[in-house]
Amino acid sequence: MSNATTNAETVHRVSFLDKNSIAIPILKVLQADGTAYEGAVLPVIDEALAKKVHDTCVFTRVLDERMLGAQRQGRISFYMTCTGEEASIIGSTAALDDGDVILAQYREHAALRYRGFTTEQFMNQMFSNEKDLGKGRQMPIHYGSQALNYQTISSPLATQIPQATGVAYSLKMQKKRNIAICYFGEGAASEGDFHAGLNMAAVLSSPVIFFCRNNGYAISTPTEEQFAGNGIASRGPGYGMHTIRVDGNDMLAVLAATQQARAYALDNNAPVLIEAMTYRLGAHSSSDDPSGYRSKDEEAKWQQHDPVKRFKLWMINKGWLNEKQDADLYVKYREEVLAELKVAEKIPLPHLDDLIQDVYDKPTPILEKQLAELKTHIKKYPEAYPKSAGRI
Amino acid sequence: MLQAINEALSSEMEADQKMMVFGEDVGHFGGVFRATSGLQEKFGRDRCFNTPLTEQGIAGFANGLASNGMTAVAEIQFADYIFPAIDQIVNESAKFRYRSGNEFDVGGLTFRTPYGGGIAGGHYHSQSPEAYFTQTPGLKVVIPRNPEQAKGLLIASIRDKNPVIFFEPKRLYRASVGEVRDGDFVIELGKAEVIRQGTDITLLGWGAQMEILENAADMAAKKGISCEIIDLRTLSPWDVDTVAASVKKTGRLLINHEAPLTGGFAGEIAATIQEECFLYLESPITRVCGLDTPYPLIHEKEYMPDALKTFEAIKASVKF
Repeated sequence: MSNATTNAETVHRVSFLDKNSIAIPILKVLQADGTAYEGAVLPVIDEALAKKVHDTCVFTRVLDERMLGAQRQGRISFYMTCTGEEASIIGSTAALDDGDVILAQYREHAALRYRGFTTEQFMNQMFSNEKDLGKGRQMPIHYGSQALNYQTISSPLATQIPQATGVAYSLKMQKKRNIAICYFGEGAASEGDFHAGLNMAAVLSSPVIFFCRNNGYAISTPTEEQFAGNGIASRGPGYGMHTIRVDGNDMLAVLAATQQARAYALDNNAPVLIEAMTYRLGAHSSSDDPSGYRSKDEEAKWQQHDPVKRFKLWMINKGWLNEKQDADLYVKYREEVLAELKVAEKIPLPHLDDLIQDVYDKPTPILEKQLAELKTHIKKYPEAYPKSAGRI
Repeated sequence: MLQAINEALSSEMEADQKMMVFGEDVGHFGGVFRATSGLQEKFGRDRCFNTPLTEQGIAGFANGLASNGMTAVAEIQFADYIFPAIDQIVNESAKFRYRSGNEFDVGGLTFRTPYGGGIAGGHYHSQSPEAYFTQTPGLKVVIPRNPEQAKGLLIASIRDKNPVIFFEPKRLYRASVGEVRDGDFVIELGKAEVIRQGTDITLLGWGAQMEILENAADMAAKKGISCEIIDLRTLSPWDVDTVAASVKKTGRLLINHEAPLTGGFAGEIAATIQEECFLYLESPITRVCGLDTPYPLIHEKEYMPDALKTFEAIKASVKF
């Protein structure tokens, strides 16, 4: 029995704990005009870090805008934007060490960019060409990079949560001064893996940050149809876990919370839960149309809380950026994305031989036999298999 | 057999500092069957520990450990309780390497789990769910028949660079005794073993059913029927060549497993062997399996594909 239950005060008449009894404040540092709230404690940030964060914001905005367009033109099959959630994703990643392992859900490509994933690498993945690190095996946006400690995206929701606990435990056992960070949405927090992963992390003393992007919707399902409690943060103390709620559109609030969460996780070999309150300004994916479940007025209201604009204004106030530099960066990345897109779409697709690689560390005899039979068949009907027939 | 499994775990933990053993009750208590007995005392709480009661959590945690270079040996207390973990195993463990283009893998991962009936355990302590996993590319599925095999195959599974599900026949945990070589040794995965030579019919099985097949073969021998017996040992990837070579010699094949007939792994073997050996077959390939019912309690003996049912099927096949 833990101390919390054995040392509890006793009462002698029925008294329920009120479901609203846990009040959770929300950390805000930056106001809409880019100035800090009075008395706000700023994160550790210098000009170089601020510029890297800003650069990643602009790149991500451009990438999302261009690639959603490319999807609409039929050049790639699928896309997801992180528009509106840049501060949550970049602000948290910017608090980490490059050796910290990122386990993302799917909407966190801004974190991958922050780590150094190149425009060319993004394009190769989205065009499933032979230079894609994932060998063309997953839909666009399912990135991964061992070199950048960013585990490959898996579509099933929340599976990365208990995995992050395992990664964090391994980092502790390897005596590395590193943590794992796990991103997920408030919808994924309804999965059983959320409960399993958070409970195990607390019980097994694993240094991991669970970072919930509470962006209002799981595809079309609003939060009030997802949970009845006080958001996701209210669950943290139930697991015996340090917890904080932040304004997810406030870059400096997210950065400050994550910097301190990281230090706490490392020093105490313990998990921390961060709930970032944000809004998915774009659709769930290129296959989704939000007009079926939310109003233009609601979207317009959230446009007023644009996290990228707020951070830009702060940088301008600091004298670290001006409007022209900002505008020039958009131009530069629009050109770069377009140029790399044109290159990537002409790179050949992965060879058919790759089909049976990596199922196991070595192809099994049955796989070798199936590939041989497939090649014989394709040679007989090459016109039916244009992606591979020319290169057998 | 439990002692052989315990020795395998202990010697691997000794040799591999990155190896961890965990699951429900596996820590100080040593597991409900005592397979992990003494490991926490020997290797510390950081390397052998209890987890909360969550199979999906155990599997997800194991994936995370293995994805970051550790050797993870997770126990699922009964194979009947592996289903909450099936998403982590089928969608995650099995696809980790493939989906990442080999950027990441969980090759250091082994799930150990007791399976099978014969212990009056009813349907939630008796099932044989191997076929749910043999249809998943990326997993290896291994089942030993005796203590020596358990030790060699478990060490091989732990060292294998792919996720392995190691099903342990719980009926044999205490019942099966036999000589086990000292020290560490491996039995290669993916290789079946001909454990008895014969000329009239090939009997194929795995795990606890091997002794059933041997008993049935003894009964058949008294009727003048010579049975060749093969232990498949690894169900995925399975050794087609050894089975096909035997069937080409005997002309007949009987497959026995505890799991229900329909959709069981015997169906896969039968389909492949009829392709490989069509012109050599002298009778239809026959399956002696569990019934297509949930695993029963009071009628366990009737449900089981026992030696008598196998003996009858042998005679029918030879007389066909």
